[in-house]
Amino acid sequence: MYELRDVRKVFDDGTVAVDGVSLTVGRGEHVAFIGPSGAGKTTLFRLLNLTLRPTSGAIRLDGADVAALSGAALRRARARIGTVYQQHNLVGRLRVVHNVLAGNLGRWSTTTALGSLVRPRAAGQAADALARVGIPGKLWSRTDELSGGQQQRVAVARVLVQDPDVILADEPVSSVDPALAVAIVTLLRDLCAASGKTLLMNLHDVELALAHFPRIVGVRNGRVHFDQAPDEVDAGQLDELYAGEADEGREAAALRGAVARLGRACRPLAGFDR
Amino acid sequence: MARAVTGTAAVERPRGGRVPWVGAAVALALVVWSWRGIQADIPGLLGGEGLRQIATYAVRLFPPDLSQAALRDAAVGAVETFAISLVGSVLAVCVALPLALVTTRTILYRGILHEGHRLGAAEKALRIAVCAAGRAVLAVLRTIPEIVWALLFVLIVGLGPFPGVLALGFHTGGVLGKLFGEALEDVDQRPLEALQSTGAGRLGIVVYGILPQALPQFVSYALYRWEVNIRAAAVMGFVGAGGLGQRVHVAISLFHEQQLLTLVLAVYVMVTLVDALSAWLRSRLV
Amino acid sequence: MAGPADRSPASTDRRAGRRTFPVLLGAALALTFVGSLRVAEVDPRLLVDRKAAASVARFVADALPPRVDGEFLSLLGVAAVETVQISIAGTVIAVLVGAPLGLMATASLTWSGVLHERATRATRLLLAMAPYGVARALLSVFRAIPEYVWAFMFVRAVGLGPFPAVLAIGVAYGGMLGKVYSEILETADPRPLEALHAAGAGKAGVVVYGLLPAALPHLVSYTLYRWECAIRASAILGFVGAGGLGQQIELSMRMFRFDEVVTLLLVLLALVGAVDVVSGRVRARIGG
Repeated sequence: MYELRDVRKVFDDGTVAVDGVSLTVGRGEHVAFIGPSGAGKTTLFRLLNLTLRPTSGAIRLDGADVAALSGAALRRARARIGTVYQQHNLVGRLRVVHNVLAGNLGRWSTTTALGSLVRPRAAGQAADALARVGIPGKLWSRTDELSGGQQQRVAVARVLVQDPDVILADEPVSSVDPALAVAIVTLLRDLCAASGKTLLMNLHDVELALAHFPRIVGVRNGRVHFDQAPDEVDAGQLDELYAGEADEGREAAALRGAVARLGRACRPLAGFDR
Repeated sequence: MARAVTGTAAVERPRGGRVPWVGAAVALALVVWSWRGIQADIPGLLGGEGLRQIATYAVRLFPPDLSQAALRDAAVGAVETFAISLVGSVLAVCVALPLALVTTRTILYRGILHEGHRLGAAEKALRIAVCAAGRAVLAVLRTIPEIVWALLFVLIVGLGPFPGVLALGFHTGGVLGKLFGEALEDVDQRPLEALQSTGAGRLGIVVYGILPQALPQFVSYALYRWEVNIRAAAVMGFVGAGGLGQRVHVAISLFHEQQLLTLVLAVYVMVTLVDALSAWLRSRLV
Repeated sequence: MAGPADRSPASTDRRAGRRTFPVLLGAALALTFVGSLRVAEVDPRLLVDRKAAASVARFVADALPPRVDGEFLSLLGVAAVETVQISIAGTVIAVLVGAPLGLMATASLTWSGVLHERATRATRLLLAMAPYGVARALLSVFRAIPEYVWAFMFVRAVGLGPFPAVLAIGVAYGGMLGKVYSEILETADPRPLEALHAAGAGKAGVVVYGLLPAALPHLVSYTLYRWECAIRASAILGFVGAGGLGQQIELSMRMFRFDEVVTLLLVLLALVGAVDVVSGRVRARIGG
């Protein structure tokens, strides 16, 4: 499906976000990407969904070189890749039906798109997509009236309508509570397994990744650190991957200690010590 | 996948989508009525005659008169206009501040400041009256257009830039007074509660809690009105209040089109300058 | 963590440097202000001398009671209607002028930001920035020249009457609308736009499904606010012969009929208040 050869991405301010990544993902594979924040996972995904262009290196989608595409060809290629983001990727003021049907924008003409805002074409398609993600009754609600978890489901519904060959999910569950996170990850996995789509997911939660994906890619400092099955991933590798993130943990612990000491230093007011 | 499924039942659009259409129809009717009323001669404008007249006139404007005399005249006018707008805006702030404080209900008789004690009926009535009177004054100040104020002041103090200053000061004072009052009322209540809980009195809460929060808004509004005032100052000259406006009036009356263009360019430069200054000051101070 | 002992000479210098700037700025402003007082010939005594007091007394005497006879009121009614019509027509033209220019002047739509990440260098610079630059320049010129001056030039071009006022408001307010429209569009949340873009939507799709739904309430809200200002502007433009309440006010002031002026101003007050209420209701509905 995807073939990356020595891909580098350097931003205008000199930051090297992706530093020589080579990777192959077969059709129908499910791959989870883990690593500390700032490792370049999001940039990698934006290269994969053709939002960004690599500074050097080759990206092939189904054998075709996509790095140099532009115009209508680029739109067609993008329509084959569906992306689910962490949050804020839906238009709050639109009704859910329009946000879901926006998945058709890659194949609708401008007139059709405009017309659909007035009177939704294929509302049935949207209703079915919503049923498949578990929120059938929300078709005509305003999107910003939904909870975070429901909005993520709407985002998945939009991808269903788009019907791509690949689904990229960039930290889709980092902003929802843990129980819902499992539900959404499972939903995406089941949908892709049922239709043979390729699934690539960026995850913050290592346990979630290890539990649900047959292939784990660890990314750190813009490079692939390891690429193996979950049972081959050991604690040492994870420590190396996330080394440096521990500083945040130490600071948080120090802060907690300071608050505790402050609490102990306060004496109760006379008469209120009961 | 999704494409294979056809439309199923539950896709009836819920009712209640009528209102925007009614509103749009009303708006459209108003627009059509307005166009009929102003006797707009659109075919005349866009068809040969009107455009030709505009073109002929536009051609007469060029090239702008760049002789020494014209440039000096424009420069003097520009400086005068700048001065009128600056002093007028400062005067406006001086007028607006006390009026704003007096017309803020949350300072006078409502809200956190007065939770601790109850006002006597008579005193409360007095305060409400003062507040209402203040608001009436502000409304009068800001509804009378600057031009009318300018004419009035010309009749009182004579021609020249001073009536322009007064006109801007009073009119903008009314506008700023209302905006300042709104800023004072919309202040975040939580710091005020915190101050109150430390035992601060009403004056303390106003000075330490309300004013510091509102101050950036004040500066922002005042600077924004300065941008509006430079345009107004350029225009009040029409009624004799000095500045570029007066010179534009003279140039138009004497059919000196090229001088007019020089003056219009001076207006453009002045306005752009003040816009830039205002934006820079806002970014620095707010 | 930095502690009190960390106050090095270098950092003290920087703090002193940061203190001199506001002082300099304050001094510059004060000097400019004092200079302006001279240039503007400010003389508060003129306000309180005997001549001024006499003038004010005469105004107040002449102004009350305000003139409210039927003949005058019907004249007023016609003028008020004309003022409203001028304001609506002028705002319509302003939208027609400001909307396309505003779109062109939005950097995030023409050449920068997430929609253009993959554009090639040469095309980007030449084709995209040119209309952007032109649009910004036009908007700047339209905005900077007061509507009064535009009105005067249009009067010379198309004759007297309400039409030049309409055109003047259209051009001057078109400039203001265009600038604010472009600011509203530029500050829209780019993330939904990126998502639509990544799903294969073209620029039109991104604008219509992503940008406009989020921005429309703000755009309409500001346009309605401009309409309120247009009422006041059309009243003023009457001074240039453009009809409406302004022309009546000018006539009455010339004839020193202050009783008429008071009535006219009251009507103007009522008109502005009514527009304020209507516009406020509509804006609340739309939720900008």
